[in-house]
Amino acid sequence: MEILIKGGRVMDPARHFDTVCDIQIVDGVIQKIGENLAPETENPTMIDASGKVVAPGLVDMHCHLREPGQEYKEDIESGTLAAAKGGFTSVACMPNTAPVLDNAAMIEFVKSKAAAVGHVHVWPIGAVSKGLAGEQLAEIGDMREAGAVAVSDDGRPVANPELMRRALEYADMFDTLVISHCEDLSLANGAMNEGAVSTRLGLKGIPNAAEEVQVARDVIIAGELGKRIHIAHVSTAGSVEIIRQAKARGIRVTAETCPHYFTLTEEAVEGYDTNAKMNPPLRTEKDLLAVIAGLADGTIDVIATDHAPHHEDEKNVEFAVALNGIVGFETALGLGITYLVKKDKLTLQELLQKMTCMPAKILGIEKGQLMEGAAADIVIFDMEHPYRVNVSSFASKSKNSPYNGYELYGKVEYTLADGKVVISPDMQ
Amino acid sequence: MKLATKDLLGMKELSAEEIRYILYQAEIMKHILLQDAKKTPHLQGRTVVTLFYENSTRTRLSFELASKYMSANAANITASGSSVQKGESLIDTAKTLDAMATDVIIIRHQMSGAPHLIAKNVNAAVINAGDGMNEHPTQALLDLLTMKEKKGQIEGLRVAIIGDVAHSRVARSNIYALQKLGAEVVVGGPSTLLPRDIATLGVEVYENVESALRGADVVMCLRLQKERQQNGLLPSMREYSKFFGVDEKRLALAKPDALIMHPGPVNRGVELTSGVMSLDRAVINEQVTNGVAVRMAVLNILAKRSGHYGNFN
Repeated sequence: MEILIKGGRVMDPARHFDTVCDIQIVDGVIQKIGENLAPETENPTMIDASGKVVAPGLVDMHCHLREPGQEYKEDIESGTLAAAKGGFTSVACMPNTAPVLDNAAMIEFVKSKAAAVGHVHVWPIGAVSKGLAGEQLAEIGDMREAGAVAVSDDGRPVANPELMRRALEYADMFDTLVISHCEDLSLANGAMNEGAVSTRLGLKGIPNAAEEVQVARDVIIAGELGKRIHIAHVSTAGSVEIIRQAKARGIRVTAETCPHYFTLTEEAVEGYDTNAKMNPPLRTEKDLLAVIAGLADGTIDVIATDHAPHHEDEKNVEFAVALNGIVGFETALGLGITYLVKKDKLTLQELLQKMTCMPAKILGIEKGQLMEGAAADIVIFDMEHPYRVNVSSFASKSKNSPYNGYELYGKVEYTLADGKVVISPDMQ
Repeated sequence: MKLATKDLLGMKELSAEEIRYILYQAEIMKHILLQDAKKTPHLQGRTVVTLFYENSTRTRLSFELASKYMSANAANITASGSSVQKGESLIDTAKTLDAMATDVIIIRHQMSGAPHLIAKNVNAAVINAGDGMNEHPTQALLDLLTMKEKKGQIEGLRVAIIGDVAHSRVARSNIYALQKLGAEVVVGGPSTLLPRDIATLGVEVYENVESALRGADVVMCLRLQKERQQNGLLPSMREYSKFFGVDEKRLALAKPDALIMHPGPVNRGVELTSGVMSLDRAVINEQVTNGVAVRMAVLNILAKRSGHYGNFN
């Protein structure tokens, strides 16, 4: 089985490779990357990539696939198809399922289900604490052995600093990353960002401090122990600054943000739009600019989706009780290209780094690169022609996106996972 | 004249012209209200339902009487005695009312934006009778009507709103409405009860009551809920009253003929002393009367343009 991708702009951000050339794939593995490659077999699948960008399949280190337990929102099959449509070939899913992914058997369940029905690679993240209760450590070593790539109580904070300290120490013994959802719950008693818009709409607000006090706490703990920590979904200017300073001091901290924090502000909530309700909340223009500056200077290493599917009935309710989060797989690349690359905030190479090799490196998985001999996880997308986002065409079971109708660049034309064509133009 | 939307969701959504029109209608309705025979045919055959998710005496009764004075079919639903108790969603409850050919749904809800949510999902006109900390538009209208009656005009008035502005839908509706009609609004209260960035609404902000009262034409005190103390926003009602309560001495900072208003119910001795309440220029009961007139006007305007006319699509 041979696939020949001809004439695309091939980019491998891990080694700053950027050349118009061909890629030859045989039996799911990249055989050759070079110019004027000729087919070796009689009937190869030919993909004309001229005028398109050919890049490593995207890696998302933060998503929610909702299986087991909330399959009415999403499941591994639909979620990985949505991921593929967005150009992702590896996704790391958070453990806040029902039951929680807090033991080896649950990690194995996700791995085996993904192997059976998944369209792309699934990398489960285990819980830090049993049942996400924030009290006792989950069996991190056991989960690591079963294939967990990291641990996190995402969706809620590890509120107890002592437990966070022990988690960092214990997880490090198994070379396991701890991903921290930073939120001081006593300060975060609200439905949106605290400020002019929450005052105008009469909604309870969440101050920036709710996030920043835990970011500061966690980098201090990690710094003292010399352990590494990854800060999830950075949304405030203060968090960016704390992380920047921590990095300068040599603390082993990495960080991610999400497309909504560099494209939208609290103003999107106007009209009580529950598709603009997320946690952390959309912030102000000042925060948005600081997040972009953090991406540009490398303070923020990764762009993750925080893909958070919710059923229409969970969003079409009073704002205060609507669930937090938006789907993100099928808009992330387009938002990155349109709002960062086309606006000269990041080069395409930098954007792709934050969506391929950086998250792969932080998770410690051999993905996010285009190399001869590597599995053929590849995305091909169009930088030139705009397309309109239409949520009803999403592969995700859930349509909770604030981006319906947006005009974006970067439409995914092909996604290949292990050399199998998962997404192609004739399927769309 | 008609309103731009089928609903009355907030003063934020109304133009100055629409507000003036409602006030003009309310002045007419007040004549009806002051007659011996309080019955007109304006809403004959129309159905008005109040859907209250929060406790209320005066607002609910005010709407109910307004409907009845105008011969509407009036019905009341409270959350505790309905299928809300069985877990029915707000949209489904509203759609059920809509399916019974209700012309006007009057909703009070503890969550901001709830009336906006149902307005998008029903044919009936929706009147916001108070949503969370957002708005209480008919309260602002009755306050405006009272000020207009007593002061002649709204434009140029300096209105001091005192107290728990953060949690007050009355404050927000009044701020929007007063500014649209050319009044100057000052807010004063404890820092823990002033919402973040309140100055962006274009009001003067003071963390002491004296500065806020200085030179005011109208002093509007807000109700202080006892739960603010439990939630750690205030040490005690006593201390609130000591630093922010309006008594005769503090009132002297306002203009000598300043009106004293309160949306009720008053915690006597907390927001206002009984002495201040007994002054002739304390118009708290006139506010209540005007509440009925304003609600008659709003119902009359909205019921005329909404409704089903047999159309259930």
